[in-house]
Amino acid sequence: MAEREHRGPRPTGFDTLSLHAGQRPDAATGARATPIYQSASFVFPDTDFAVGLFNIERAGHVYSRLSNPTNAVLEERISALEGGVGAIATASGQAAMHLAVATIAGAGDHIVASRSLYGGTHNLLEYTLPRFGIETTFVDPRSPEAFEAAIRDNTKLLFGEILGNPGLEVLDVPRIAEVAHGARVPLLVDSTFATPWLCKPIALGADIVIHSATKFLSGHGIVIGGLVVDGGTFDWERAEGAGDGEEGLARFPTLTEAYEGFHDLVFAEEFGPQAFVTRARREGMRDFGACMAPTTAFHILQGLETLPLRMARHVENARQVVHFLAEHEAVASVSYPELPDHPDHELAARLLPKGAGAVFGFELKGGREAGRTFIESLSLFSHLANVGDAKSLVIHPASTTHHRMDAKALAAAGIGEGLVRLSIGLEDPRDLIDDLGRALRRASRPPRGGSS
Amino acid sequence: MSGYAVQVDGAQAYVGNGSSGAVADAPAVVFIHGAGLDHTVWALPARHFARKGLRVVAPDLPGHGRSSAPANGAPALASVGEMAAWIAKLLDALGIATAAVVGHSMGSLVAWRFACDHSKRCRALALLGTSMPMPVTDLLLDAAHDNHHAAIDMANAWSHSAPGALGANDNPGVWMLAAGERLLERSGPGVFHADLSACNGFRADEGEVTCPALVIAGNEDRMTPAKAGLDVASHLPDARVVRLDCGHAMLNERPNEVLDALIGIVD
Repeated sequence: MAEREHRGPRPTGFDTLSLHAGQRPDAATGARATPIYQSASFVFPDTDFAVGLFNIERAGHVYSRLSNPTNAVLEERISALEGGVGAIATASGQAAMHLAVATIAGAGDHIVASRSLYGGTHNLLEYTLPRFGIETTFVDPRSPEAFEAAIRDNTKLLFGEILGNPGLEVLDVPRIAEVAHGARVPLLVDSTFATPWLCKPIALGADIVIHSATKFLSGHGIVIGGLVVDGGTFDWERAEGAGDGEEGLARFPTLTEAYEGFHDLVFAEEFGPQAFVTRARREGMRDFGACMAPTTAFHILQGLETLPLRMARHVENARQVVHFLAEHEAVASVSYPELPDHPDHELAARLLPKGAGAVFGFELKGGREAGRTFIESLSLFSHLANVGDAKSLVIHPASTTHHRMDAKALAAAGIGEGLVRLSIGLEDPRDLIDDLGRALRRASRPPRGGSS
Repeated sequence: MSGYAVQVDGAQAYVGNGSSGAVADAPAVVFIHGAGLDHTVWALPARHFARKGLRVVAPDLPGHGRSSAPANGAPALASVGEMAAWIAKLLDALGIATAAVVGHSMGSLVAWRFACDHSKRCRALALLGTSMPMPVTDLLLDAAHDNHHAAIDMANAWSHSAPGALGANDNPGVWMLAAGERLLERSGPGVFHADLSACNGFRADEGEVTCPALVIAGNEDRMTPAKAGLDVASHLPDARVVRLDCGHAMLNERPNEVLDALIGIVD
């Protein structure tokens, strides 16, 4: 079943799914908005139904660490938008990353990851997961060959961000998926910067997608949350036999072997394309417990309703700011994949045709000192550690998000010490440009050696 | 254990058992999946009846899921009659004399045929999303013949009710449209077309059901309209009808209600 062409009914449009997927008017009250089910537990109709819920015979909710009706709407909606079979809402983007990894990998396993990552993800892979026996080899995100060369018998996952942080390297998802699948390993993609409005990694070949829903998905900068989406594309059983270099050892035992922690259930056998998301919920949410609060899910749902409108405006504003900065004499360089001199210009046009997001970096002439003056001279832009807010944001990665990386690691990740990262919001772009222009003038002024 | 392999008609067949530890002489229930699918569509009811002590037999039909293709080299069995005969041979191989037989869509035709041809072996019959005959549009048949993804898109879209197309699944966090799509995508070349052709070629011209029966009809079923299901029920001597507000993919759209209906007849 190779080609894609719809001869039958037209699939529901993205904008409609953003508003409706996963929710119908509340059966009990008629509420049109998704109610916040602020309840830790849910009453069982009878004892047999209760056993059925625990034993995965019945559909429904037991306890809000495992699932919650408000969260379930969010989970279905992001699955619908990403084209996945199911999703799990987590306490944060970091929790989403951890859940994805921990569902597949354990002590003695290995990950191949892009080296251009969000600092928090880098910390998890570089420093924390090795304490639990999971090692990561970091490679150039622009080199599928480097991903391929780093794969070992015990590799369980290839990982990258759709738009690298903060260098905006565009991950060649189709090519790296080919490498991953050639080695019978799934590809996990962090698509936080793109959102499904700009790019759907599963359709491009990724198997699992994670998000920090704190960013563009919610859009308001008021909650912390994460999402794991299972594409249902990876056949865990057919991947058997390739791993560990020893006959008879399963490559993905958490999904293809009997799980003593659930009465010898074999997830891939009983749940087929839903094996990963089922194990992640039944083990990962049960045991690690990094669940999302239902009120958080509600806030993210409010954001998702306007995702198409907001992302279009984010991208349009970003383009105007990029062009302003690219032509400004105080700016040494601007890194944005839509610019012709960006190394991934062509790839971005192919994989991100609607736009390359609204987060990008630029280097000031004058290095670190100019960067500090610039940031402190801005008034509309907020200096803080976040992206994807409706309000425009600014940060200096070398001293904040990536401060644990030494100069060598920073250089390897494509981060200059004077790099400034902007997240362009939904303000009037003329006001953003005025604010940036004022700060650039101050940053490029020669020191006066006294009063101003 | 979740399942096992068994030789049937010279080829290896996979049988899901709902993680059952049931003893060999426990009452058996057979679940027969629809076109292009496999035993995983029965995950929830299979687990329920396994826990209740029944011997659950949820096979992948030849060429589907984990079962090998038929020994004659075809991608799948060519007719509903052959599938019903295969079910009988599977039960022989497993040493099962009688069983309750449950089928969805194409599987409902196989279950009905089995109940007619092996009336002494069928203690109860449940037909989900059924229609006799079960015509398939040329548009869908042609796309499936070409192994074109449009066949999956059509079947998936027509299998869900209008509200179901927007989700709101009882199963937390599951987006059933993609779940259905992925399962059909795993189907090997020619398998979906063979199944759809078997449905299209099916004729209920000979046979009689003598055991108690259940028909579950989806009020918004666009593949096998509820009216057709009611007509099937009217030709069964002892049939109960359950109507649900859902489309053809009732195991996805109404998993709890389907299980509730089955509980009365299977155990």
